[in-house]
Amino acid sequence: MSHPERRRRASRLALVAGALAASFLALPLVGLLWRTPWSGLGHSLGQPGVAGALRLSLVTSLSATAVAVALGVPLAWVLARADLPGRRVIRALALVPLVLPPVVGGVALLLALGRRGLVGQWLDQWLGIRLPFTTAGAVVAQAFVALPFVVLPAEGAFGSADRRFEDAARTLGAGGWTVFRRVTLPLAWPALAAGAVLAWARALGEFGATITFAGSAPGRTTTVPVEVYLGLESGRFEDAVVLSLVLVAVSVTVLLVRRDSWLGPLRA
Amino acid sequence: MTRRRPTAAALAAAIGVVGACGGAGTGGRAALDVFAAASLTEALTALAPSFEAVHPGVEVRFTFGSSSALARQVADGAPADVLATADEATMAPLIADGRVHDPAIVARNRLTIAVAPGNPLGVAGLADLARPGLTVVLCAPEAPCGRLARAALGAAGITVRPASSEENVKAVLSRVTLGEADAGVVYVTDVRAVGGRAEAVAIDAGVAADPAVQAVYPMAEVAGADQATAARAFVAFSRSAAGQRSFGAAGFLPP
Repeated sequence: MSHPERRRRASRLALVAGALAASFLALPLVGLLWRTPWSGLGHSLGQPGVAGALRLSLVTSLSATAVAVALGVPLAWVLARADLPGRRVIRALALVPLVLPPVVGGVALLLALGRRGLVGQWLDQWLGIRLPFTTAGAVVAQAFVALPFVVLPAEGAFGSADRRFEDAARTLGAGGWTVFRRVTLPLAWPALAAGAVLAWARALGEFGATITFAGSAPGRTTTVPVEVYLGLESGRFEDAVVLSLVLVAVSVTVLLVRRDSWLGPLRA
Repeated sequence: MTRRRPTAAALAAAIGVVGACGGAGTGGRAALDVFAAASLTEALTALAPSFEAVHPGVEVRFTFGSSSALARQVADGAPADVLATADEATMAPLIADGRVHDPAIVARNRLTIAVAPGNPLGVAGLADLARPGLTVVLCAPEAPCGRLARAALGAAGITVRPASSEENVKAVLSRVTLGEADAGVVYVTDVRAVGGRAEAVAIDAGVAADPAVQAVYPMAEVAGADQATAARAFVAFSRSAAGQRSFGAAGFLPP
């Protein structure tokens, strides 16, 4: 067998495998579209359970994103810049929610922040704060799984930013906070925005940790994914499909609009 | 050309593995797939060995979950041989569609209030569940335990805003045993199943006696079951004196 011939065969094989993979990814979405009750779309979206879940998911996912950014950006900066002894361990910890099954995350949150949890019992006794079964609990669950999506690109951006700009600002008399605000942050901005959007999409789709940690109560903890699951379980199939469609539309839009600027920093 | 063969062989092996998942049990015995309501977990698990003892060629495999979820799975063609639900309403559409046949009642169950051991908050009956500040968890309204709990609360004239509506009765009990919820409405048998980790508070006698708030467990053969003969035998065994001993030991009432 000659070399060019072998190469042609290899590329043909890759093409077939690629087509197979692409249809494997596309088929479930097509299946969803196929069973979408298009004529009843408006009716389903107007159902109190559906509308309530959408409203709640919007609130919780945006709050969770805010929490993830507020906690994740400083952590990313520390990981990229500070000379800490346990940096590798902290970095691994920051990525745990990415690989942990969300339901395990939910159980872990329950044992840590639940009413009888490691820290939760003190939150309850001293401050009267109970997270399980509350909207705040749903936000905590979502922020937990969304955090790596902020930390990962932000750390990459802080680490690869050209320090000479910061040094220049410092020689011009700028203080540490001013340098961060006026130089470091603007340089890292695309990565931070990308991370925040991905974190939001992840928070919006969060199911396992939410239902395990926060339970399910309409209007308080029944987010869109939880409502999809309950809809399927209870024979409200159409509502479940319509809500699934909303989630798919959001995910595809997030990835389609400026895909490179979202995912670029993740490759860095 | 020789390079392609391992791939093909691996693919064939993978398909073989996937294909082998239905039907066959371990040690060459035929697997009987029983889909059953979560509240039947202990009774049926205890019953299985005595059934297998008289049917040596059969291995019973259980899938426990919420009745509504299991019924949907069977309606969608899940490979079940026997289906047991915690009420007749959940099974009725499957009977009408011919997905299951020959249902028979195998047990009954009563509701109770599960609280922490020692009942630290002094819950005395259904009325206390409306107490402000008490975290109460119920089954989702779609699950039989949720429907019955709401019927019982309605019969007692009490409005409860549950902190969470769980998918099945075991999840409600977990919330109580973990200490996340102060009280949950479950079946008598569930509290018995967790030993000392929860305590049962009897619901108001007048309400408890109402047949409308008692759980009725129909068990039926799934149409076109791989193990039709064994499925029929399993339903019959559940109703037999030997089978009823397991149900009785778990706290169920006779059919």
